[in-house]
Amino acid sequence: MNALTFNRHSVWAIYKFEMARALRTITQSIITPVMTTSLYFVVFGAAIGSRMTQVDGVPYGSFIVPGLIMLSLFTQSIFNGSFGIYFPKFVGTIYELLSAPISYLEIVVAYVGAAATKSIILGLLILTTASLFVPIRILHPEWMIAFLVLTSMTFSLFGFILGIWAQGFEQLQMIPMLIVTPLTFLGGSFYSISMLPPTWRTIALFNPVVYLISGFRWSFYGTSDVGVEISLAATLGFFIVCLLVVGWIFKTGYRLKS
Amino acid sequence: MPPIVSIKNVTKTYASGLQALKPINLDIRKGEIFALLGPNGAGKTTLINIICGIVTPSSGEIFADGHEIQRDYRPARAKIGLVPQELTTDRFETVWATTTFSRGLFGRAPDKAYVERILRDLSLWDRRKDQLQTLSGGMKRRVMIAKALSHEPTILFLDEPTAGVDVELRRDMWALVRRLRDNGVTIILTTHYIDEAEEMADRIGVINKGELILVEDKATLIKKLGKKQLTLVLQEPMTEIPPELGDWHLMLKAGGHELEYTFDANAERTGVPSLLRRITDIGVGFKDLNTTQSSLEDIFVSLVTERTGATA
Ligand SMILES: Nc1ncnc2c1ncn2[C@@H]1O[C@H](COP(=O)(O)OP(=O)(O)OP(=O)(O)O)[C@@H](O)[C@H]1O
Ligand SMILES: [Mg+2]
Repeated sequence: MNALTFNRHSVWAIYKFEMARALRTITQSIITPVMTTSLYFVVFGAAIGSRMTQVDGVPYGSFIVPGLIMLSLFTQSIFNGSFGIYFPKFVGTIYELLSAPISYLEIVVAYVGAAATKSIILGLLILTTASLFVPIRILHPEWMIAFLVLTSMTFSLFGFILGIWAQGFEQLQMIPMLIVTPLTFLGGSFYSISMLPPTWRTIALFNPVVYLISGFRWSFYGTSDVGVEISLAATLGFFIVCLLVVGWIFKTGYRLKS
Repeated sequence: MPPIVSIKNVTKTYASGLQALKPINLDIRKGEIFALLGPNGAGKTTLINIICGIVTPSSGEIFADGHEIQRDYRPARAKIGLVPQELTTDRFETVWATTTFSRGLFGRAPDKAYVERILRDLSLWDRRKDQLQTLSGGMKRRVMIAKALSHEPTILFLDEPTAGVDVELRRDMWALVRRLRDNGVTIILTTHYIDEAEEMADRIGVINKGELILVEDKATLIKKLGKKQLTLVLQEPMTEIPPELGDWHLMLKAGGHELEYTFDANAERTGVPSLLRRITDIGVGFKDLNTTQSSLEDIFVSLVTERTGATA
């Protein structure tokens, strides 16, 4: 046996365990986000949308769908990714993971894979829910799926890092609440940044979330705030940064081993 | 036969600067039951956690079945099972789910029959569908053992397996440990119950303040360090020991009703016959006598306090 062998039983055990937990807490993991999304539609789509009519030639209700999915992908991926590793740390069952014949890469694949799977399912569920409220077109389905998968993986990985870093539940919730959600709201989930005054538009371009949402929306309606290549590069870039951080964490045992 | 676990110059200094282990060298023999004794904070758990991959050593090397535990962690860890000191359970999981999870986590293909056998062995089979939070502490401890055994380890670490466990379960565990040993599993356990070590262990290591101060066969240890005491129950109480008996360093006990003589059971000359002769000669009458041998507990206490006294 060498380090290159892939320990499929271990990875599968963790993956299955994580998915089973999601099933057990199905209200929290699936029903809540779907309901929240529906509420957004009632509020933004129906109430405000009736006054806004169109953005970039797309009815407002339809326009916000990609942004809404992204908002859920961000928060849920982070939640799933962080909770999966934070919980064993918190209750102490992490000892088993640390003493198992499993490589760091396998740990990441298993946990992040499970978290991303949940997000992807959730994203598709929200998309289905949304289609009940508003007409939806998907011009580039393969890109839509690619962005969906890549974003879910990236943010699950980001969540995983957060879960290792966090030393309490407040810290676990702080980053999503104080950074990710505001950036997402300001990042054009509910509007096109071309609708902003010029100064604000320039400021918005410093918000990484703009790039993430823009590419996804482009895969639906073919319109975007920034080029789709830039969107893709930004998402990949964030993914790689997270990978590097995870690599460093495992190399040093940061907050995992004393 | 090469040792199944070989610990070479392992030290540990925690980030806080606390040196939990001074250089430790220890070989565990294949198939033995090794008991690690030591007071609270001696470093027992630290040593075990290092071997199991939970704590990173500051220096040194450890081989488990010939595999260095850091370089070749996969084959090394696949051989090792650990029942940690603290009861940590995923309260919402069922007994069955958590045990099969452990087996998978340790890289083993599913084997329902095997998991069933372990659960039956540990009297957990009837509770297999129950969530861990509904189990009593002793049962949870057994679940931890089931998890540790789920991947068929050949080296098993039990960090205080019988803490907070009732007498009956303790007996059961001892029986289980013996059965495992009979099947070729090497067992390293820590305990604060000296009688447990005395009952179970083939060899004993004593660790104090991060230092392994003694490793010995249990029988040799008891023999070697074993002090015997001879107690003479006097017919007439004494107020002081007669000067004629000064050579034996006797102690007056029970308000002058008993004379106590401590001697080394293994010594060439124990001094017992001469003492008895002398006592008869000077006309001290006694109506009863008995001897007691010191237990491992006494040995342990004297070892640890001796060291503590010496370093203080
Ligand atoms: N994570 C840690 N960080 C800093 N110090 C630690 C850590 N874990 C243990 N220690 C310290 O290391 C020393 C050895 O602890 P250890 O848990 O190995 O003792 P032990 O022999 O298992 O004791 P006990 O019989 O109480 O279980 C103690 O002084 C303890 O406070
Ligand atoms: Mg301990």
